[in-house]
Amino acid sequence: MIIYGVALLAFCLLTGVFMGELLGLALGVNANVGGVGIAMLLLVFLAHVPAIKEKLNEGADAGVLFWNAMYIPIVIAMAARQNVVAALEGGWLAVSAGGLAVILSFALVPVLSGRPADRTEATTDD
Amino acid sequence: MIDLLNDVLASNGLVTAFAVVGALAWFSYLLSDKLSAGRLHGSAIAITLGLILAYAGGVYTGGDRGIADIEWLAGIGLMGGGMLRDFAIVATAFGVNLNELKRAGVRGAVAVVAGVVVSFVAGAVLAVLFGYDDAVSITTIGAGAATYIVGPVTGSALGADSDVIALSIAAGLVKSILVMTMTPLVAGKIGLDNPQSALVFGGLMGTTSGVAAGLAATDPKLVPYGAMTATFYTGVGCLLAPSVLFFIVRAIVA
Repeated sequence: MIIYGVALLAFCLLTGVFMGELLGLALGVNANVGGVGIAMLLLVFLAHVPAIKEKLNEGADAGVLFWNAMYIPIVIAMAARQNVVAALEGGWLAVSAGGLAVILSFALVPVLSGRPADRTEATTDD
Repeated sequence: MIDLLNDVLASNGLVTAFAVVGALAWFSYLLSDKLSAGRLHGSAIAITLGLILAYAGGVYTGGDRGIADIEWLAGIGLMGGGMLRDFAIVATAFGVNLNELKRAGVRGAVAVVAGVVVSFVAGAVLAVLFGYDDAVSITTIGAGAATYIVGPVTGSALGADSDVIALSIAAGLVKSILVMTMTPLVAGKIGLDNPQSALVFGGLMGTTSGVAAGLAATDPKLVPYGAMTATFYTGVGCLLAPSVLFFIVRAIVA
């Protein structure tokens, strides 16, 4: 039953968002704190509970996989409804912020992979 | 005749949105294949076209909801709104299983947290340099430098202005496109040639489409390793940015 998968997803999101609201309340901020992140972790763990796993294996997973696959189209729609006109006033900020984030993240790959930088440079020279 | 069509499209808003976004995706993947030989991922092109349409919609209507302010395209607003967006994001966690999670180990987890923090700091510092001085905007732009999902999720949670949220998406999009196009060029220099470094790479970059396309162009065998840790990045970003990172920014700004 596909609806079981969709309902599982809905349960995770609602629970996560609710917990995020509670966390925000507990921390004294008027904000949802990590609700979507909590929902994602909840889904990972619930998908491994034997009774739920059984239903998922019987076809309920299609209800989750459909929304998984709809992620990019939804992000496309999300982009199309943004206030881009206003954002363009800060165009260079977007480019420089995104660019700097990528440069720093690239630089950290050899550091966290545990590979000495001189060794990787030596291999690219040939 | 046109009025009738307009009525049908407008009164079936969400269905219209599915058709329009589907056509947009098809066109984008076609451009990706024909013009960039698949190097620039179709999703990145589609999102860019989405932002261009949002710009056109904003100029045409003078509203603040992009193309969704055009009556017959109002369904785009629902499809791309917070409810379905969060629903689909949670669904992306489904591909992760606990064994893979354990196998990813400490390095992957460290990479995800380090990646979120480094990108966040890069975005936040530039936001300050560009004149933003309130904690909510700085945090939202920093979050956007993480991914184009973390930005709007954080911005919505903190109540940021729509233009700041759009800016955070733009920053995340720039990052995504750069990761797609630059990864094959720098792969040798950063030692990106084995599963472990791919796992760290995915965790550090975070942008799922950027990582998937970037690794596919480098070595398709590395894709699942990078994509797996990247899957966590947006969740961790959504967890950290509106909470710990926001508190730190607020403490510094105040």
